[in-house]
Amino acid sequence: MTTPQRISLLIAVVALLALPLLGNNYILRLATIASMYAVLTMAWNVVGGFAGYPLFGIAAFFGLGAYSGAVVQANGVPVALAWIFAVAVGTLFALVLGFVLLRLRGHAFAIATLVIAEVLRELTNGWTSLTGGGMGLNLPFFGWSPTALAVFFFYVMLALAMLTLATTYVIAHNRLGFALNCIRQNEDAANIVGIDTTRYKIIAFTLSGAFASAAGAIYASWTGYIEPSDVYDVLFSIKPIIMALLGGMGTVFGPVIGAVAFLVLDEIVWRNFLQLHTGVLGFLIVVLILFLPSGLSSFGIRDLWRKAAAA
Amino acid sequence: MIFFQYLANGLILGGLYACIAAGFSLVWGVLSIINLLHGSFIVFGFYIAYFSYTVLGIHPFLSIITSGLVLGAIGYVVQFFVINRVVARSVLVTLILTFGLELMMNNAMLVSFSADYRKVILQNSLGIAQFGNVFIPLDRALSTLIAFLLILLLWLVLRLTSIGRAIVAVRFDREAALLMGIDVTRTYAVTFALGAALAGAAGSLLSVSFPIAPLSGPLFLSKAFVICVLGGVGSVPGAAVGGLAFGLLESFGAVLFGSEYALTLAFVVLIILLLVRPHGLLGVKGF
Repeated sequence: MTTPQRISLLIAVVALLALPLLGNNYILRLATIASMYAVLTMAWNVVGGFAGYPLFGIAAFFGLGAYSGAVVQANGVPVALAWIFAVAVGTLFALVLGFVLLRLRGHAFAIATLVIAEVLRELTNGWTSLTGGGMGLNLPFFGWSPTALAVFFFYVMLALAMLTLATTYVIAHNRLGFALNCIRQNEDAANIVGIDTTRYKIIAFTLSGAFASAAGAIYASWTGYIEPSDVYDVLFSIKPIIMALLGGMGTVFGPVIGAVAFLVLDEIVWRNFLQLHTGVLGFLIVVLILFLPSGLSSFGIRDLWRKAAAA
Repeated sequence: MIFFQYLANGLILGGLYACIAAGFSLVWGVLSIINLLHGSFIVFGFYIAYFSYTVLGIHPFLSIITSGLVLGAIGYVVQFFVINRVVARSVLVTLILTFGLELMMNNAMLVSFSADYRKVILQNSLGIAQFGNVFIPLDRALSTLIAFLLILLLWLVLRLTSIGRAIVAVRFDREAALLMGIDVTRTYAVTFALGAALAGAAGSLLSVSFPIAPLSGPLFLSKAFVICVLGGVGSVPGAAVGGLAFGLLESFGAVLFGSEYALTLAFVVLIILLLVRPHGLLGVKGF
């Protein structure tokens, strides 16, 4: 990273930390969602961007994190411990799943991961005694003022986003990032030259699961109520991909920029087309794919962008 | 014997499922695209049959012609003007694109038709036939028969017509087909149109058996996935066999595990199959 880049990053961090001073809960809510989306997109990016595996199932980790955190919290476990538990469950699940799914490639991998979230949703719906089934699950109330809650969860989600960003940075400038890059370009060749592709793929997949489940657990505590069709929503799997496409796949800062850009778009659409929201969202996706195939970086400032995103 | 009842249920269901999957499988095999719009096409075919029956009194089994033609036309246009532009790109891009189109179509149907579940209730129902202790709802059995005839028709089109041969050729070797003077872009559009037409017809056939709402698409889509993998991607006879297998799986699975876990069961089978036999039961030798 060059000095100007370091300075601008520092300014951005300070500005973010000072955001609660504005005292506007709506802005804080948006910033919390932006951080959450950034986490999910970076989590996706490790597998989808660096390794080039078409992962369509971030929602599975997100929902699993949300539910495992929420279930223990509802049974009296303190919040922080509940989050750690949720991350442990998500990580373990990703590790086991990785052994099975990462033998698949291309379309097969995409479908298999897409269906995982649906299956978990079905199981969550069915296991009513533990999860409340379709009725959803209420989490213990914090008893704080709305502003205190907004500030607290903003900082928590932001901290998670920073941690994920730092991890992504380390991966990108490390042996793991190099190996994943090789896998994306030609997995068979990488295997032949002695890269243990299976191991690196599983590490990447597990990291992905860890961060997405952390986001899910925090989301559950933040909203105070979750239901299967909410946290296992297929949109949680699709949106991160769109955000990564928007910002730049396989880069360090691209997912963050894409997440913020997407959220702004999404918010404008929500405000103006309440009934047609998903339709307009679909239209934006189609336009993005057809006319901006390399994301925001297709706008003239390509070189500058690439440097910033890859940093 | 209750066993024979489940067997009959499974087979009747299986024919409809085969019809759901055949077009999806064709598009996946030829264009190498997982068409997430397929479920929405089925739902739209349902609405064509539903309104034809409730407004004009046309029997759903006749409106498969309308729904096939309408959906075929929509499919042709969508492929020709939109999907063809990214057809050679990565899995990620084509999946996201069809997902975006699906969101648009589902939202349009939701706004136009409301979120209510609907079903065609036939006034001149054929009733139920009884063989020993096995009961067969004849309307469903007939729709299954028609489903198989449609699949046979698709198979014949692929074997006997020149455009069918072109589709098979493009599937086996796109470059060679291009060199032989086949218009690949048009062939893709026709393939997609055939897939959509079959989805529309399947939707109409389903209208007498299942209640459907604008957002039912993903349910059919996930079934089409599994059947397609069961039968082998791109294989029309495979879709027929896969559909039957899936119908039986669902019928007997519901007894063993409870019907709320149908998808989980299907998924477990899907994963095992992907790992053990990635090319499906019948493989990808041909159509």
